[in-house]
Amino acid sequence: MERLAELEAKSIYILREAYNRIEPLTMLWSLGKDSNVMVWLARKAFFGRVPFPVLHVDTGNKFAEMYAFRERYAKVWGLDLLVVDCPPIEEIDDSLPPAARAAARKTAGLKTAIERHRWSGIIAGIRRDEQATRAKERVFSPRDPAGHWNFRDQPPEFWDQYKTDFQPGAHLRIHPLLHWSELDIWRYIEREGIPVVPLYFARDGKRYRSLGDRDITSPIDSNAASLEEIIAELEATNTSERAGRAMDHEREDVFERLRADGYM
Amino acid sequence: MSGSGEISGGAPRPALEPALKIVIVGHVDHGKSTLIGRLLHDTGSLPPGKVEELEAVSARRGMAIEWSFVLDAFQAERDQAVTIDTTQIWFRTARRDYVIIDVPGHREFLQNMVSGAASADAAIMVVDAAEGVRETSRRHAYLLHLLGIRQVATVINKMDLVDFDERRFAEVARDITQYLEEIGITPTATIPVSARAGDNVAKRSERMAWYQGPRVIDALDGFHRLTVAADQPLRFPVQDVYNFDARRILAGRVESGVLRVGDRLLFSPSNKVARVRSIEAWNVDPLPIEAHAGESIGVTLDEQLFIERGEIASHEDHPPQLTTVFRATLFWLARAPLEVGKTYKLKLATREGTVTVQSIERIIDTDTLAGRPGDRVERNAVAEVVLRSRGVLALDEHRSIARCGRCVLVDGYDTVAGGVVSMEGYPDQRQTLQIKATNVSSVEHGVAVGSRAERNGHRGGVLWFTGLSGAGKSTLAMEVEQRLFKKGYHVYVLDGDNVRRGLNVNLGFSPDDRAENIRRVGEMAALFADAGFICVTAFISPYQADRDRARRSAGGAFHEIHIEADLETCERRDPKGLYKRARAGEIEEFTGISAPYEPPASPELAVDTANHSIEDCVARIMNYIEGTFSLASAAKRGAARAEEAESAPANGR
Ligand SMILES: Nc1nc2c(ncn2[C@@H]2O[C@H](COP(=O)(O)OP(=O)(O)OP(=O)(O)O)[C@@H](O)[C@H]2O)c(=O)[nH]1
Ligand SMILES: [Mg+2]
Repeated sequence: MERLAELEAKSIYILREAYNRIEPLTMLWSLGKDSNVMVWLARKAFFGRVPFPVLHVDTGNKFAEMYAFRERYAKVWGLDLLVVDCPPIEEIDDSLPPAARAAARKTAGLKTAIERHRWSGIIAGIRRDEQATRAKERVFSPRDPAGHWNFRDQPPEFWDQYKTDFQPGAHLRIHPLLHWSELDIWRYIEREGIPVVPLYFARDGKRYRSLGDRDITSPIDSNAASLEEIIAELEATNTSERAGRAMDHEREDVFERLRADGYM
Repeated sequence: MSGSGEISGGAPRPALEPALKIVIVGHVDHGKSTLIGRLLHDTGSLPPGKVEELEAVSARRGMAIEWSFVLDAFQAERDQAVTIDTTQIWFRTARRDYVIIDVPGHREFLQNMVSGAASADAAIMVVDAAEGVRETSRRHAYLLHLLGIRQVATVINKMDLVDFDERRFAEVARDITQYLEEIGITPTATIPVSARAGDNVAKRSERMAWYQGPRVIDALDGFHRLTVAADQPLRFPVQDVYNFDARRILAGRVESGVLRVGDRLLFSPSNKVARVRSIEAWNVDPLPIEAHAGESIGVTLDEQLFIERGEIASHEDHPPQLTTVFRATLFWLARAPLEVGKTYKLKLATREGTVTVQSIERIIDTDTLAGRPGDRVERNAVAEVVLRSRGVLALDEHRSIARCGRCVLVDGYDTVAGGVVSMEGYPDQRQTLQIKATNVSSVEHGVAVGSRAERNGHRGGVLWFTGLSGAGKSTLAMEVEQRLFKKGYHVYVLDGDNVRRGLNVNLGFSPDDRAENIRRVGEMAALFADAGFICVTAFISPYQADRDRARRSAGGAFHEIHIEADLETCERRDPKGLYKRARAGEIEEFTGISAPYEPPASPELAVDTANHSIEDCVARIMNYIEGTFSLASAAKRGAARAEEAESAPANGR
């Protein structure tokens, strides 16, 4: 099988498994390239429609281009869009370094939404190659009733037989893009013609490789202004995708702490 | 339909192969993670700034640079210098792209090792040159073998600790090669390495000039992609059924073979058949007309069948096997042991069901490869067990179609085992479960069942004797027949010889033929019972499933009688000299010796011929028959019950 076809088939299998086994279910739509690919794969899996709500956990700190994108494609793609807000920074654990503390607002916003909607499954577009603790994730990853990730005792997972049984009050994170790399994502966007926020394309020698909050994400030096150029750039580089994310560089254990607490 | 993207796709690119997946296995601390970290560094794959970061986090723990920290990202892993969970990392050589899978060597985390290793195409086994081959080296190798991974290269690591000694290398290499070969794996390379210093990883070692073979990176590039045979039979397990619009779409992934529009599909175990009308897809134009192994697709059928998740579609000429019992070689991951009689949830392809552990055939010692008996399987052990399912399962043997021949067991919320399926010694039940002549409906008899019983003075029924060869089935059957006949009963014995010489002359002794033999006997016995006879059958009939089918055929008139005698006793009696010949290997698949016997779980009657005389046993059976079949005794019972009922108020409150 060709590589993109294989990646796609596996993701579709995961999404269908989640939809069949877990209810109620939602998909996180952060408006970034990965979650657009994920929505696209859901439309493939379910023949054009996304049969569960799509959730944007909004920090209020996104780029204007992202909000415009959200309004437009929620309609074009026929999504059942839910937007939830995040609590102000003052309510977040102040022992976290500043950028991580800002990022943790998202966890808090998500937790409130989970309590309200009682979702048993949250589909999130993380990938193993983004970050070393994400590299250790499962495709179906349980969170305890407090929303915590017990990463020291993860369930066995093999042969596409996923963990679909869990205690009441707990929920599952489902990661249909775990096995994709950044390059795979861009190659697939190119193959399928999937729309993305224009901030990914270089303007005046800068572009975003990863889109987070305005105040804690910075662009990289790049002249890649088209999909072909982005793919060529990534084929030649080995700089980390999240180099522009401040929270990743504040302290050795910070990502682990965030994720153990329920960050994506 | 087509997408509504703003960006149009660029010029088509050359097709890319999937990245090859390599798992690095071996005993705890033998240097697996270090090898991967070093490999990434020496091939320039680490991002800029990573080395400085590693130096800093190592220094914080009072260490020189620890390459394993590239993979070991958890604080606990770094603090304790041990890998806890599996990781996957991307890596590229001039030849191809790889996904490298790191797994823990500590036995406490074996489930994480399996989670990582199960998806690999090939493996590198790392052995510490100073410590040599250890328990987990062997256990990991055995699991690779079970998981079906046959391409393995070995790395003898930490050569710096043995002064780069060629003799020591040869010694350790011989040990691990010997073990691997015993389980059917021939290493593709055996490489002396110092992972920490990078010798023979990506750079040739100057300190081991005596070695001129491949480096680790060459061994990787020497692995082959395993291509799935295109001519495998079609398997399409149904994952879900969608009715989003007017279309009724069966969704699933083709696990083997090819599915084409127009194909007639047989769904198992329901045995329904329909033709593929279309293969549906979104954002694909034109719609595909065929789908190959690995593709997640949706199909519509020309008939609105009621099909559920869990059914497996195939072509009619190569269907999966149908069975209620199978063997599994399991790796057991749970803290609580597996025990005979326990019930678990089974997941096989998209099917979920309930299975009970019928027997533990052997527990495999992965050090010596010896099998030993046991009645419980402890955590991290490998064992061969027989599982009995509540419902009929469609499955394949792992060695023929791996993806429909492997399963996991779930206990409560947890996955507790993985295993591969074998049907050795068990027949495919498809023949016997399938109703071939569908246009035959039963004819109402002119004589009612009750009238026959009235004239005979007893009801008809089947007495199904089951037991080992030499247990005494025929002896007892003939004796019982004679006595019943004298008492005026209509009775007839069906015995192996009188059936095999006529009705079943075309059947041999393979599991399939044995099953068919018993099916015919069951049907015939049911006819005798219907005709008003007491029909006694005397067949080993080793499989519960076969006896259950005979029971269904006979309706309520079936009585399972276990003629019990332990194997030792039967073998001592050996009236036809069969056991001796079976032990000598002259008879294959002999029940009790080389084929299973499943004792009845709840027989109507059991008689023990090892500890009781023939006379006692006959008396018990006669008693049972007269109590159950005779109308006179039924009348007596009825009268007694009426009396009881009448006298009840007097005794009452
Ligand atoms: N002297 C020497 N030490 C090595 C070499 N390779 C690894 N080590 C050390 O051996 C120890 C264990 O290495 P790891 O890479 O963590 O071992 P592992 O096999 O990944 O261990 P687990 O994942 O916990 O099973 C570390 O302290 C390494 O620095 C080597 O070639 N020479
Ligand atoms: Mg390790």
